[in-house]
Amino acid sequence: MKALAARRHHRLAPVVLLLLALLVTGGVYALLAPSPASADTASVQDIETGEKLFQANCATCHGPDAEGSDTVPSLVGVGAAAVDFQVSTGRMPMQASGPQAIEKPAQMDAEQTSQLAAYVASLGAGPAIPTDEMVDASKGDPALGASVFRTNCAMCHNAIGAGGALSEGKFAPALLDVEPRNIYQAMLTGPQSMPVFNDANITPEEKRDVIAYLAEQHDGSAGGLTLGSLGPVSEGLWVWVVGMGLLVGAAVWIGAKSS
Amino acid sequence: MSTTTPAQRAANGTADYLDQRTGLGKAVKEFARKTFPDHWSFLLGEIALYSFVVLIISGFFLTMFFVPSMALITHHGPPATMDGVLMSEAFSSTLHTSFEVRGGLLMRQIHHWAALLFMAAIVTHMMRVFFTGAFRKPRELNWLVGTLLMILGLGAGFTGYSLPDDVLSGNGLRITDGVIKSIPIIGSYMSYFVFGGEFPGEDIIPRLFTLHILVVPGLILALVGVHLLMVVLHKHTQYPGGGRTDKNVVGFPLFPVYVAKAGGFFFVVFGVIALMGATMAINNVWNYGPFDPSPVSAGAQPDWYMLFLEGSLRLMPGQPEFEFWGFTLSLNVLIPAVVIPGILFTFLFVYPFLEAAVTKDKREHHVLDRPRNVPVRTGLGVAFLTAFIILALAGSNDLIATHFSMSLNQITWAFRILIFVGPWFAFWITKRICLGLQRKDRELVLHGHETGRIVRFANGEYIEVHRPLDEQERWLRVNYDAHRPLEVAPATDSRGVRRKGYASERRLSRLSSFFYEDRVEPVTPAELAAAHSHGSHDELETDTTSEPQQIDSGRAH
Repeated sequence: MKALAARRHHRLAPVVLLLLALLVTGGVYALLAPSPASADTASVQDIETGEKLFQANCATCHGPDAEGSDTVPSLVGVGAAAVDFQVSTGRMPMQASGPQAIEKPAQMDAEQTSQLAAYVASLGAGPAIPTDEMVDASKGDPALGASVFRTNCAMCHNAIGAGGALSEGKFAPALLDVEPRNIYQAMLTGPQSMPVFNDANITPEEKRDVIAYLAEQHDGSAGGLTLGSLGPVSEGLWVWVVGMGLLVGAAVWIGAKSS
Repeated sequence: MSTTTPAQRAANGTADYLDQRTGLGKAVKEFARKTFPDHWSFLLGEIALYSFVVLIISGFFLTMFFVPSMALITHHGPPATMDGVLMSEAFSSTLHTSFEVRGGLLMRQIHHWAALLFMAAIVTHMMRVFFTGAFRKPRELNWLVGTLLMILGLGAGFTGYSLPDDVLSGNGLRITDGVIKSIPIIGSYMSYFVFGGEFPGEDIIPRLFTLHILVVPGLILALVGVHLLMVVLHKHTQYPGGGRTDKNVVGFPLFPVYVAKAGGFFFVVFGVIALMGATMAINNVWNYGPFDPSPVSAGAQPDWYMLFLEGSLRLMPGQPEFEFWGFTLSLNVLIPAVVIPGILFTFLFVYPFLEAAVTKDKREHHVLDRPRNVPVRTGLGVAFLTAFIILALAGSNDLIATHFSMSLNQITWAFRILIFVGPWFAFWITKRICLGLQRKDRELVLHGHETGRIVRFANGEYIEVHRPLDEQERWLRVNYDAHRPLEVAPATDSRGVRRKGYASERRLSRLSSFFYEDRVEPVTPAELAAAHSHGSHDELETDTTSEPQQIDSGRAH
């Protein structure tokens, strides 16, 4: 600190400060800036770049006009929301065929993703990417979200969204670390085995309530370690490992003491 | 010594007062000198007993705040996910206990962990008793009492698990309802009787509450009394070893050593349960939400001790459901949920009597068996456990699928095959291991320990020097019974008339052959003497003063 204090009258100090201020302002803006991924604001140039990306990365399976085939879905009319969900979570482009496309580090950056989304949205009308306000957990009602979740989501995703098994190696993924935007898009577009919950089925407000319910789970449990939030099976496993483990250990110790 | 402090005088006075009025002195004298053998596995039953005490203490606390009612109210208060939600008073009061009563959540978690531990300790204790043959005469009745206690423990767990009236436990009740309805003829009437009308009704929570806090714990307490009384009457069993016979008990007196140990162990058990209750979340009912018959969440399973039933139901194919004359026979539910547990529990109840029948052994046994010396019993026990574990894993098939990236359908099919093959294979391999260990014991007794010392004779012959077993080691390995299969008298008597009861005798004899056909007899003194004279090299070489040329292993002269 002393060295810093001695140099604060240095003639280059204002320049350094100015640079720092610019860096912070730029950084904060980059973090907080609204995402430009809305179909309305997509420029013609975005659509053109998106088409090039599509031809290079997606057309092999989905076809040059995104019309799909017997085994691959057509992308005409799926909307920007579906593209943003699949590409930003790394599910598409698909790495290998399997029971279902799995999540992996995204192959496209945010700009490329929005260009791809703009191109696919231009092929036919479909659901748009939700705005930040639509997915803001703090504006939702977690209690209402809990009841919507119980009746519509919990049978596959587990009671608090820790994930669950489906048939033949497919599964409903854990939702605890999923971006609110992606949760909304999944409900809206019904990726893979998931059914579509359109806005008549679960209203946009209810979708936000579900996001609020899932956000409540981020603090863990009031009771201590969550043990994976998997219910009685993991509790049973831990009572044998920790409970019986410690007590049999204590019993051996007590039994060994006298002899 | 002659001077006494006021405290001592008061203690003496009180003891004297009580003794003159209750004869307490005699009882204390009797108990204080009661001898107990020392072994860690004799403390497993104590874990169960102490977790039951913890259950009573924490359960008493919970009854102060729980409202056993299915009347609907709107819940106000934490947690945020349940604020303003319509729910039963039972569920609302559970949330109130968890979030607004000081120490309430801790007590709930202690109670639930203690319940899981209670069952785990009972099962482990039963395994110890089974594999060491501690259920043999005179303890068959105490085995029955213990098995009843285990079933009552299941009952206590089941009735308590359902009380909070959350979605998960409600799903469990719905399965129970289905199982009751699958019983032919009386099923639907029984279901209406149990639930007071169509499921879920409004009676089941108050009814389960009465069972859970009064009837079941009362029965457990009474049977625990009987169980412990019989332990005192029979005296404790002991592991085989030098000087231990069916006519003595080698150990320490109850007072002061065991009183201190057992008292201390109570606090260890309580401490471990409290630690788990304080740090590990269990049954967070607000995650599941208030019961409503429509939702079921993924990963809906019962507590671990009921998981075998869940697995049995999950494995059963749906086809064997038949309909005739407007009546439905649901064998797809009846077999997995009634017949399978029926078979498992029947095995536990009849096994001591089955073994007594095939051995015709009427002697008292106080020295425990080493599991290897009774290969078929050990094999049957391991086969039973294998079946139980396969069913429990089948009940967790969805979690296995997600955590090991496997196909749920393939896992289910694998378990469907394993439930038939697994126990049989476990029996066979355990029996072979036991027989192998017995043969190893025989060899050890006859030839002694390998010492690793290689000796060369003048004529060039090499031998390894064996050290004979000491008395204690030998006692442990030769002092057991190898039962032989029962022999059947001829089918006809001396005048050529068919004997009555021949057929049942022959059946029993066949069963007995299954148990004792393959056996390894203990070494007799004659065999031991013969082995020693035969292996005179060893005798010679252990006398180390007259070694001809000796080569220590790995080190040449």
